[in-house]
This record gives sequence, structure tokens and C-alpha cells, in this order.
Amino acid sequence: MKTFAEIVVSVLIVVGASAALVGSWALARFPSLMTRLHGPSKATTLGVGGCLLASAIYFPVFGGRYSAHELLITLFLFLTAPVSAHMIAKTHLHCQGRRLDPNPADGVQEVIPPTGREADWATFQAPEKKAQFGPPSSR
Amino acid sequence: MIAHALTFGFLCLGLAMACNVFRLVRGPTTVDRILAFDTLTVNAITLIILFGIRETSDLYFEAALLLAMVGFVSTVAYCKFLLRSDIVE
Repeated sequence: MKTFAEIVVSVLIVVGASAALVGSWALARFPSLMTRLHGPSKATTLGVGGCLLASAIYFPVFGGRYSAHELLITLFLFLTAPVSAHMIAKTHLHCQGRRLDPNPADGVQEVIPPTGREADWATFQAPEKKAQFGPPSSR
Repeated sequence: MIAHALTFGFLCLGLAMACNVFRLVRGPTTVDRILAFDTLTVNAITLIILFGIRETSDLYFEAALLLAMVGFVSTVAYCKFLLRSDIVE
């Protein structure tokens, strides 16, 4: 039983660490931010999940007691990774204005299409507020 | 066998964090740097968990949980600041 658990834990650690490396390599290698976002938001999260699963199997078998910490961290990370990826993509669109990243295949830069309604894209609906540095009462 | 797997894992994560630091330093825009920092935090959590397996100690989970929370909040706060030039409205 212990040998079997050892094999499973080792395989999970190797797979998880490799996935994390692949995600980070994608972050360093890809050409534009929207493509770069894929690596960390999927592969790296899978890598953390693999290592946490290995830890969740390792501790009851070799450490003697079971704790729900791994489950808590897994749940938290799997809930927050899509939220932060969405926030980063939204901020990228907002900071870029109406341009989009050039297509890696042909280098053509496109523009966000109009919505066809009265309302603009939600990113540009934010009120134009200048950054003011002072006491909150003066805003 | 687990010891060898852990060595491999430490090596992979060190390389991964080097890639993140490369993007953090080079990243053309601020959003790139935010993304690189977020990934760096996630990789640090994985590293802490592997270290906890090596030492067979429960203590490291608290550190990992704290880092997960602080990393998420800082990413969202940075994005919010760039989006609205304000964090708590």
C-alpha cells in the first residue's frame, strides 16, 4: 500500500511541476498578452492542483494525520484563478483603447467592432474620472 | 522515489519562476507585469507545498494559504486601480 502511494505521489509531483513549468514557459514565450494569459490561467493552475493532490495523498499515508488545508487551498486557487484572469484581460482591453493585439499569423492589427447598440462596450462605460491625489472629501 | 520526484519538482519550479521574473522585468506593459507577478505567486505556493512534503510538516500550509489570499487580492487591486484609478469606491 505504501509503495503504491509512493508511486502515485511521485507521478503527481512530476506531472504538476512539469505543468507549472509549461505554463510559465508559455508566459515567457508567447507574442501578445491575450495569448500569454492562456499559460498561467490553465497550465499553472493545473500544476498547483497536481502538487496539492500529491500532498493530500502524502500526508495521511506518511504523516499520520489528515488535514483539510490542501482542499481549502485547492478550492481557493481554482475559484480565484479565472477571476484574476478575467480582471487582467479586462484591464488589458481598457489600457489598450480600441485596438486589439496584432494577429500573430499575419501581423494585422484589428479594432474592436462596434456593439451596434446605443450602449458602448462595458469597459469604456466607466466614468471619465481623473486621478486625484488628496483627501477623499475633495473628490 | 519521492525524494527524486521532489528534486525534479524543485528544478522545474525554479526554472518556471525564472521565466516569470524574465517576463516581470521585460514585460512591455504594466498588465504584463501584473500577470507575471500573479503567476510568480502561484508558483511560490507550489514551491512551499513541495517543501512541506519534503519536511513532512503541516506548518507550510498556513504560509501557502496566506500567500494565495494575498496574491489574489493584490492582483485584483492592481487591476482595479488601472481600470478605475481607484480601488475602493
